[in-house]
Amino acid sequence: MSGKSVLKRIDWLSVLFYLLLLTIGWVNIYSSTFSESDSSIFDFSTLHGKQLFFILTSFASIVILLALEANFYERFSSVLYIISMVLLLGLFVFGKTIAGATSWYDLGFFNLQPSELAKVATALALAKYLSDIQTDIKRNKDQLYAFAIILIPAILIIPQPDPGSALVFFSLSFVIFREGLPIYYLGIAFFAILIFVTTLMFGTIWITIGIALILVLFFLLKKKKFRVPVIPTVIAVVVTILFSLSVDFVFNNVFEQRHRDRFSLWLRLEKDPAKLEYIRKTIGYNTYQSEKAIESGGFFGKGFLEGTRTKGDFVPEQHTDYIFSTVGEEWGFLGTSTVVLLFTLLLLRLVYLSERQKTGFARMYGYGVISILLVHYFINIGMVIGVLPTIGIPLPFFSYGGSGLLFFTALLFIFLKLDANRLKEGI
Amino acid sequence: MKKLLLSSIIVIIGITFLGRLSYLQIFSFSPDQVLEDPAIKRVYDYPERGYIYDRNGKLLVGNDPAYDVMVIPREVRELDTLELCGLLKIDKEKFKKELRKARIYSPRLPSVFVPQLSKEDYAKLQEKMRHYRGFYIQKRSLRYYDTNSAANVLGYISEVNERDLAKNPYYVQGELTGRTGVEKVYEDILRGRKGVQYIQKDRFNRDIGPYKNGTLDTLPEQGFEINVTIDKDLQEYGEKLMVGKWGGIVAIEPATGEILSMISGPTYDPSLLVGRKRSANYSKLHYDSISKPTFDRSISFEKSPGSPFKAINALIALQEGAITPSTTFTCHHGFFIGRSKKGCHCGGGTRTLNNGIYKSCNAYFVGAYKKLFEQFPSNSEAMDAWEKHVRSFGLGSYLGSDLYTGRPGSVPSTELYNKWYGVGDKRWSATTTYSNAIGQGEVNVTPIQLANMTAAIANRGFFFTPHVLKKIDGKEISIPDFVEPKHTTIDKRHFEPVIQGMADVYHKGTAQYIQIPDIEIAGKTGTVENYIKIDSVKTQLTDNSVFVAFAPVENPTIAIAVYIQNGYYGSRYAGHIASLMIEKYIKREVTRKDLEKRMLERTLEREYAKPYSGKEFKINEYDWSQDANKFHAEKAESLSE
Repeated sequence: MSGKSVLKRIDWLSVLFYLLLLTIGWVNIYSSTFSESDSSIFDFSTLHGKQLFFILTSFASIVILLALEANFYERFSSVLYIISMVLLLGLFVFGKTIAGATSWYDLGFFNLQPSELAKVATALALAKYLSDIQTDIKRNKDQLYAFAIILIPAILIIPQPDPGSALVFFSLSFVIFREGLPIYYLGIAFFAILIFVTTLMFGTIWITIGIALILVLFFLLKKKKFRVPVIPTVIAVVVTILFSLSVDFVFNNVFEQRHRDRFSLWLRLEKDPAKLEYIRKTIGYNTYQSEKAIESGGFFGKGFLEGTRTKGDFVPEQHTDYIFSTVGEEWGFLGTSTVVLLFTLLLLRLVYLSERQKTGFARMYGYGVISILLVHYFINIGMVIGVLPTIGIPLPFFSYGGSGLLFFTALLFIFLKLDANRLKEGI
Repeated sequence: MKKLLLSSIIVIIGITFLGRLSYLQIFSFSPDQVLEDPAIKRVYDYPERGYIYDRNGKLLVGNDPAYDVMVIPREVRELDTLELCGLLKIDKEKFKKELRKARIYSPRLPSVFVPQLSKEDYAKLQEKMRHYRGFYIQKRSLRYYDTNSAANVLGYISEVNERDLAKNPYYVQGELTGRTGVEKVYEDILRGRKGVQYIQKDRFNRDIGPYKNGTLDTLPEQGFEINVTIDKDLQEYGEKLMVGKWGGIVAIEPATGEILSMISGPTYDPSLLVGRKRSANYSKLHYDSISKPTFDRSISFEKSPGSPFKAINALIALQEGAITPSTTFTCHHGFFIGRSKKGCHCGGGTRTLNNGIYKSCNAYFVGAYKKLFEQFPSNSEAMDAWEKHVRSFGLGSYLGSDLYTGRPGSVPSTELYNKWYGVGDKRWSATTTYSNAIGQGEVNVTPIQLANMTAAIANRGFFFTPHVLKKIDGKEISIPDFVEPKHTTIDKRHFEPVIQGMADVYHKGTAQYIQIPDIEIAGKTGTVENYIKIDSVKTQLTDNSVFVAFAPVENPTIAIAVYIQNGYYGSRYAGHIASLMIEKYIKREVTRKDLEKRMLERTLEREYAKPYSGKEFKINEYDWSQDANKFHAEKAESLSE
């Protein structure tokens, strides 16, 4: 098939969102890393110059990705998955340590981050496994296999340490749910998080009282005919209270101090203003500075290259994980809401595209792409604007970094290629 | 359902983010970002405060450079505290206290650490300053006084306090602002406008260049120099005469309303309120609750005017047709109010307007006052008319001058007497309120009001609002309020007979022994009964000595009021001092050296000590025994330690 036909059938709306995000992202990287002495935007010794190079590389890779046969991805997904797992294992021996995390291979001209490749590979492998005719997701054994595909890379990544990336793999469980895993699994996970957070905020005693109140209300309001399954209810309550009791233990003995501080800051657990001030200046410094920078932008922002806090490097890691604070300071609410809107539109568009796929593989891969992008976007912006605890994870298409940009691009365009080919027979 | 799950999560996340972002960027956003931004440092360039000259261009107030040591607590690093304390001449306790104070104010904004170093201390400190991170020296200018007088007119400047900072966003901590007098009223003109440079900083607090390429930076605007209407020589001379005496002198140029001098006794040297000694000296002056040197008697001391007020009553009676210049009243060495006889010092006999004034006959003016009331169908109407005329001379009001403090005095009214005695013609009358006729009743005036009233007589019926500002930046001012005449309600023709009477005060009346060779003066003495409350017991003290005058009688150039507390007869202190002032102003030289010497040397301190002695004391006795120079030396000593 010819490239021309792909260009006719590709979903240009998604491409447009992608290009807009890429452009806005680069403009903000430029502003974050700009200094008066810079001569040209094509100066590859500067960070924004390098990022421009990565963008051009990504464009080149798009051409290759679109030119490949669509069924290549399905066929080689297992191989790709095994390669990326080997690369992750290899990090324990050959890895290069940057900023405390051993997550890179030094290729001389370029530091490769295999966990980014693993995201693409895992999404493909999961889609391939679930779409296999012999797989029945209602079976416990198959559920276990599906989760193993997700968990292996996560377990390999956690000790780097890079808990943020590990979290991304868990998000792929959305795909399994979409394909028939009972929804109450998700309900239990959500309930566990709720109990965890509320226990930290109010303590086990209040949780117990709360559950008791809910039960009493339930018995008072239930219909007479409804028979309560007594034993499961008792077990559920006991397990919940035991879980709640274990929260304190885990929080105080398993978590490290920096984790505890992050939670204290996030849930506003610390009431002593002096200690709060201390946390703000140490562990919460990044979040505090990025919130302040965003706030200072106001509605219209300070203007391109006019962000004083950006110029003064008040927000650390501003060109990578905290890039969104530059948007907030220089472009104001207009800028931040535009970015949020673009991400929302892109993700919704991808949901729409996934649902119209003819093959299980393409649909499941589409869900994988959405899960990965959504988790990055949610955790990153949530952290930068202070609604989530600090978890280091880049903003797709925005944050500075070659591996990230290249593989996010690959992730998206493999799906767009599958989508473009959905009507072709014989796939 | 499952299809919708992911879409709804995406939408919910989007809404949550937009909510949080609008909270941060729309609701929490404050427009004062530049002031609070830790990334922007402001560096100030202070213009020199405007000089103050007198009406003849003689310097009154200039500037001396001064140096403040500033601190930015966040930037302070390990340092040799002992050495720095030595250089700053403070102890370690003070060092810690100041640093704590600065940190509480703001860890990242500069605070004044030690204000106003002397030039010598600055020279020593300057070369070592770079060793102390977080400390730097800010240059300012301090006031320098080329006179030891006019403190009450000029006022002083001091550091802005929390209230000033809250009220006016222009100021930042450590800056100086006018507190009273001309310095306060003309603060904006004298101060100029400081220049600001915005500097972009990084998170290590290093300067990384101008903010917005310096487009927001401003250059300092110089303060303007001003000329005040005060005559420096006259002011200094008047203050010398007032040494050891309590009271006020105000001299006004009748043709313009310009205040030639404004003296309050006792006063203080304005240089006492400059620099680091300011607050200690100010406390000493402020808490002297007996002589009250910071209380400006020339504009805030309200007392009965006494006999000079008779001139006003004469004018009102003439205007209302109650008397003519030839109307006579008989003085029986006094007069009768009901069945009780009130005394009069005039010598008795038939009195006309002319000798009624120059002999200051109480009987004549009480008679005229009663006649005035007979002109009206009711007492309240008479009172209303009288009050209107009195107020037209600027009495009972703040005058609208450009002086910072002042008191309005008081003029009684129908309302007041109705409140005191009840409503109705039978409850009160001219007889009840006869004290108003001789300036002893419910009328209270300040010295400046007396001087202004005299200027209105000198002008034959109008005055200009008294003021102290003459020129800004060398250009005469034209503030409408100061250049438009305020007309009294008395016709011009009624002034001549009264002025003739006042001139005769010098020729053959109560002031005939204090004439000035070659200068024709019109004046009026006053000897005012003086009551105060001591431990809530009404006690009479020695009479206040009052004198008003203007000269020359034709085309007057000076109108003056002198009010000396406990000076006894009007001519004794107030009259002498007024005549010396007039001679000094018109001739620029005093020829009557004996009189001058006597007035300079004599004080009333013994008189003032009487009520505080705790013993019985006599009033209205002759006492010339204290030496002003000795007193002055002692006072200066006690303040300068």
